[in-house]
Amino acid sequence: MNALTIDSLQFRWPNNTKPVLDLASFALAPGESVLLKGPSGIGKSTLLSAIAGVINIPANAVSVAGTDVGTLSGSARDRFRVDHLGLVFQVFNLLPWLNTLDNVLLPCRFSKRRRDRAGHDPQETARALLTDLGLGDPALMSAPASTLSVGQQQRVAAARALIGAPELILADEPTSALDEATKHQFVELLMRECAQAKAALLFVSHDTGLEQHFDRVVDFRDLNRGASA
Amino acid sequence: MISLGIQSLWNRRFVVLLTVFSIALSVALILGVERLRSQARLAFANSASGIDLIVAPRGNDVQILMATVFGVGSTGSGLNWDTFEYVSDLPQTAWAVPIMMGDNHRGYPVIGTSTAYFEHFRHSNGQELRFASGHAFENAHDAVIGAEIAAEFGYALGTEIINAHGSGSVAFHQHDEAPFSISGVLAPTGTAVDRMVLISLDGFDALHQDEAPVQSDPFEALGSEAARSAPTSDHDHAEHDEHAQDTHEGHAEADHDEHEHDAREDHDEADHDAHAHDTHEEHSDADHSKHEHDAHKDHTKADHDDHADHAHEEHEPEPEQINAIYVGLKSASGILGVQRALNETAPEPLSAVMPNVALLQLWSITGTAEGALRIMAAAVAVAGMVGMVVMLSAALESRRREFAILRSVGATPGTIFGLIVLEAVLVTLGGLALGLALLTIGALVADPVLSANFGFRMGAALSLPREGLLILAVFCFGFLASLLPALRVYRMTLADGLTMRL
Repeated sequence: MNALTIDSLQFRWPNNTKPVLDLASFALAPGESVLLKGPSGIGKSTLLSAIAGVINIPANAVSVAGTDVGTLSGSARDRFRVDHLGLVFQVFNLLPWLNTLDNVLLPCRFSKRRRDRAGHDPQETARALLTDLGLGDPALMSAPASTLSVGQQQRVAAARALIGAPELILADEPTSALDEATKHQFVELLMRECAQAKAALLFVSHDTGLEQHFDRVVDFRDLNRGASA
Repeated sequence: MISLGIQSLWNRRFVVLLTVFSIALSVALILGVERLRSQARLAFANSASGIDLIVAPRGNDVQILMATVFGVGSTGSGLNWDTFEYVSDLPQTAWAVPIMMGDNHRGYPVIGTSTAYFEHFRHSNGQELRFASGHAFENAHDAVIGAEIAAEFGYALGTEIINAHGSGSVAFHQHDEAPFSISGVLAPTGTAVDRMVLISLDGFDALHQDEAPVQSDPFEALGSEAARSAPTSDHDHAEHDEHAQDTHEGHAEADHDEHEHDAREDHDEADHDAHAHDTHEEHSDADHSKHEHDAHKDHTKADHDDHADHAHEEHEPEPEQINAIYVGLKSASGILGVQRALNETAPEPLSAVMPNVALLQLWSITGTAEGALRIMAAAVAVAGMVGMVVMLSAALESRRREFAILRSVGATPGTIFGLIVLEAVLVTLGGLALGLALLTIGALVADPVLSANFGFRMGAALSLPREGLLILAVFCFGFLASLLPALRVYRMTLADGLTMRL
């Protein structure tokens, strides 16, 4: 069972005749890491929204870990999202009023599946993840998220996406706010942890310098007929 | 979820605390007004609970009640002792207690009465007066004081106290030549009695007879006395006393047998006038225009009786005048009969006041002010709630990112809706808790002042169910108010999805 299967997905925004997404087929094997590259404004984020079940898509088009996202109701998609997906955004991933550890544990608050998969003590798992990501300092873990640097915040966001081992990690330009050195360090750490959690990774970026880290690189313009049309 | 709400609020603690504080103020105000109102009514009702009727010179019911039971203000003129005997002899009367007023002890009302007062006075659902120590007054120099006076000034049995003339706390004339010795201290009642000095009728009378020794030139004393007492509210009383004294002197000087005779035997107006003329002439001789005026003014029937009583005053300690009579009836149905009798056959124009009816009149007067206060309190509460809605709504825009993050980790729009409502509920609860704390502190601070000046307390305890209902109403209102921003955020999160608005 693939972590992600896309089969003839079409999506258009309301009052728009041209579809922004028009994908024939695309798949991620379990544990596979893919870099989805391409310039801004061609629907990469919309694709992630479709996979994450945020926008309404037709049935039988997107399936994540065997679940047809298009057939789920609104609240079922919210539950599905936290159960099977980890998300990392460009910036501002964290709730500023929670401390580092609590931010990492957020998915466990909302999902029993993630909680169960995070080991017998999710707090311990979260600490281990943070330590693996170079944030093992107890003072950092109890600090409010707003006091962390951008690089630290992105690593915390990665830990949050990974905790409870979801099948698929979606990362939307997570390195665009990082400098060159931390960028590579971040991707390496992310890859390592994904491998450990056996999570597939769909990494969206316009940064071609990161290609070397991934199993496969896909140009979104080749994939999405809607964008070029 | 609750910890999320608390942490989210803590993140904005400054604004949140301000909001909590404004809600707390409104809660304290609403409950405070309510408690003040109900406690005041209760205290007033308790103070008058054992009295069926108050008989006083014809006047306004509320004024009579306030003056006689609560020692606030004064009744008009006085009542003759004849009237007291008439009232106590009525077939419906179970007991009658005479009341004399007009003096104060350091601002607290001094009441002249009989020992029957201690037997018959009831307060707070029929409780009797109890002595914390000592006993009722036994002679003209004994005084019984209320619990609060004892506490306020640290008086104990045997302490000598001096009363002052008039009802205000600013004394114009100290009766320092007639001290009283405390014979008893009453147990606290929570009513106006706690703030009273009770002395015997003789004591009260003696006070005013002894007060002016014979002077070589009585008119001089009179002029200055009248001038001094002029600004006080008990103008009449002062003049009356002076005049009474003066007429005594007049008798002494004139040694007018015929006059004495007239006064004793003839009580009709014509003779009275003649008598007035006599006195007038005497004073005219002295060429004291101020005194002439007083003499004219005070020459009422009451004065006339003064003379009548004067003749046998040495032998009988009956007071010339009292201010009111507390009456207990044999049965409640006797009230109408008594009122009719008082209206038709009483020796002078009287009012018979039913305390409960007068209280209702009083409440109907104060009701408007109460209503205004309540509306104000409610308005403050609405303002507090609006403040909360503003706080929650204003933050929504800047919190969109938070909501998107929460959505990305599995929070449904319903969860976020719930989070906003939860925050509002927490703020409201915080406001309620702080408001109750403020109210309790306020009550502790205000109670001594209230009980010293008005004879009742707010009390720190929550009085259910009425205050409970108000608290519930505030809570529900806060909950409903929170639905406004919560609905907005619900729609917003649905539209935003996971999109990061940067």
